[in-house]
Amino acid sequence: MKISRRQLMILLPAAAVAWESVLAGTPEESPNYKMSEHWWGMLVDIDKCIGCGNCVRACQTENDVPDGFFRTWVERYHRSDWPMSESGDVTTNPLIAPEVISPDGGKEGFPAATDESGKYFFVPKMCNHCADSPCTQVCPVGATFISPDGVVLVDQKYCLGCAYCVQACPYGCRYIHPTKEVADKCTLCYHRITKGLTTACCEACPTGARQLVDLKDPKDPIHAFLKTHSVQVLKPQMATGAKLFYNDLDGSVR
Amino acid sequence: MSGVEGYMYPNEITLYWSVLIVLYPYITGLVAGAFILASLERVFRVEAVKPTYRLALLTALAFLLVAPLPLVLHLGHPFRSPEMYFTPHSTSAMAMFGYVYMWYLMAVLVFEIWLDYRREIVLLSQSSKGLLRMIYKVMTLGSTNISPRSLAIDERVGWIVTLIGIPSAFLLHGYVGFIFGSIKANPWWSSPLMPVVFIFSAMVSGVAGVMLLYMAISKLRKQTIDMRCVDTIAMYMFYIFIIDFTLEMLDLVHRIYEADESFRSLDFMVHTQLYFSQIVLQIGLGTILPLALLFLTQVVKLPEIARKRIYVLSGCLALVGIFAMRWNVVIGGQLFSKSFLGYTTYKLALATKEGLFVAIALTLLPLLFLWILVKLLPPWPEESAHAPAAGD
Amino acid sequence: MSVFKDAGHLFRFAGLFVLAFLIFLVVRHYVVPKSFGQYGHYRGASIGEIAQRPVKFAGHETCEGCHSDVATKKSAGKHAHVNCEACHGALATHADDPGTVTPVLPDTATLCARCHTASAAKPKGFPQVVPADHSQGLPCETCHQPHSPGMDAPKTDAPKTDAGGVK
Repeated sequence: MKISRRQLMILLPAAAVAWESVLAGTPEESPNYKMSEHWWGMLVDIDKCIGCGNCVRACQTENDVPDGFFRTWVERYHRSDWPMSESGDVTTNPLIAPEVISPDGGKEGFPAATDESGKYFFVPKMCNHCADSPCTQVCPVGATFISPDGVVLVDQKYCLGCAYCVQACPYGCRYIHPTKEVADKCTLCYHRITKGLTTACCEACPTGARQLVDLKDPKDPIHAFLKTHSVQVLKPQMATGAKLFYNDLDGSVR
Repeated sequence: MSGVEGYMYPNEITLYWSVLIVLYPYITGLVAGAFILASLERVFRVEAVKPTYRLALLTALAFLLVAPLPLVLHLGHPFRSPEMYFTPHSTSAMAMFGYVYMWYLMAVLVFEIWLDYRREIVLLSQSSKGLLRMIYKVMTLGSTNISPRSLAIDERVGWIVTLIGIPSAFLLHGYVGFIFGSIKANPWWSSPLMPVVFIFSAMVSGVAGVMLLYMAISKLRKQTIDMRCVDTIAMYMFYIFIIDFTLEMLDLVHRIYEADESFRSLDFMVHTQLYFSQIVLQIGLGTILPLALLFLTQVVKLPEIARKRIYVLSGCLALVGIFAMRWNVVIGGQLFSKSFLGYTTYKLALATKEGLFVAIALTLLPLLFLWILVKLLPPWPEESAHAPAAGD
Repeated sequence: MSVFKDAGHLFRFAGLFVLAFLIFLVVRHYVVPKSFGQYGHYRGASIGEIAQRPVKFAGHETCEGCHSDVATKKSAGKHAHVNCEACHGALATHADDPGTVTPVLPDTATLCARCHTASAAKPKGFPQVVPADHSQGLPCETCHQPHSPGMDAPKTDAPKTDAGGVK
């Protein structure tokens, strides 16, 4: 695909101006972004995820995530067929004991499955940006918090690295950064969403399985989606107010 | 992934709370327990344990001074720890640490020790030489009044401080239990019993620790061990141990009976990874055996030498058992996946910042501090009355 | 009063506390960051700091600003909802300075295979093949134009990779 010089001469400056305005925005200084007008979440459609791992790689690139740690990862579940023998042993209950793998967080995808029995599906996971988050509750100094627009963030200049928040998260989405020695996790690409971009994982997802949602935006498709689909959150019994919604999440998902 | 069985969330594979976080509750537990022993005499007027009163206070102080070290060494940014004093987050149990520690150190322990030793401090500030003289002079805070009336006031105030000190000691160690017990994400920790179990096991360890130290130091000083004192301590230890054991068994039975979603995963962990530290060390050798031995001394009239040996053995076993309990709580709580589908392993390094060598050093350091404190503030009156060439 | 005379040492001890507390208050005033507490129990300025992190993926709208012809072709085919950087990688540096920073074309052997290798785990309706059986070792772009990969879409561009190279 070639662009003629002429086209370039016209397009370049226009694009540059547009790009600069995107880069310049910060939540407080940008007249375009007001924190009080947004309440961020994410929708993951299990039916669409193909386990390609694009999201994991994109997140690592965008956010300099160290190897071996994950701000987002993909799990592959295999809920086997129901055992024909009647058994009181719950360990053979496929809803209680699915087979789950996540090789390197699903970063390079998954090995091809050949077993046609049971049901397979992929579950992308990340920080749930809980409205009533147990992790921000336990931080001893106020280094992690939920922003006024609903994103749970870590102030890495203030964090002591005590790892209490890592212990308190029911979803395993936090880790201590190996070199910075502070808590780290998905920031919902805050630096992108406050500039009108979508998150890196949503941008990279080829099937639209991941979508950023703004619950305060009346025009966001999430509102129509919620009217017509059943959605779940992970570990609802923990009452964390998780804002990562899953469509068609199986009961065996932990 | 090496060391992982089944499935763990990728970020769970590394353990973030190491053996140093096992040590911290162990050390503060010893502090709380030693203080409770001291309060037995001061508040509850159990005269028999008076020989250990001052030693218990000094032991508590020696361990309390070391207590923050494992925490600070564990932090990613230790120099930011003052943030806990400047901006403590009121919803975080851990944020209490700074203030509870400072309160207990200064307003309870140091205050009480100072009040009890003030007369000796003033005398020593007059009789010693050189650097030691300076130290004692500073400790007098410039007041040399040791008139009977001032000492009577000290006695009264000291009694009140000890009285306040008992709930303070419970707070100092109970909040640590709450740090674990309030984490709904972790079913091994989440329990209202956790602070209570921590407090009672702390009392066992502290009482056992002071008893052993008293027996050891008496032997070193070639003084006879006051058997009435030690018999009384052992009796209290026995009763506190029974309560502790009951609470721990209650937790266990409750878990097994309710068998919620976490049970199978935890049960498997206890039978495999934690078998040695929980079944063998904590329950078997660390609780049932010392309880049985102590029971023997309570129901059968044994000769002194047999009692001494049993007390030493059960004291040591109890100390090991309570350490194992802290290990099982802290490390055990991180070995299983919150997906209940897998397990990881704890790789205890040797020579790193949070490794075995540092852990051993931190366990021995309080003994060094205690030695210094015993030299500086001798617990036994017959020595301090003479105030010998203390300028060494 | 004799009470105060005999309790003087207690007042000295208390005095130490008061002094320490006052020093603490002064230090706290200087040490606690000014934006702390602005929105809640945290340093308000950290929100701005986090928002200023560098952007690595330009986002498909920026790509389409210059490459509208590709965007048009793509929107008519099966890859309509596959964003540019999902295959081409993070290209904010290219958007910043298109003349100097030239994107490297992705290697189709790895790239296409990631999504389209057949697996019992993938949704049944999703187009997937066993690569070895499907193309006899030929690179994917021999028959499929990535921007509009359907077999019925005309191929207007020559394949660009080295392997095989059948036109």
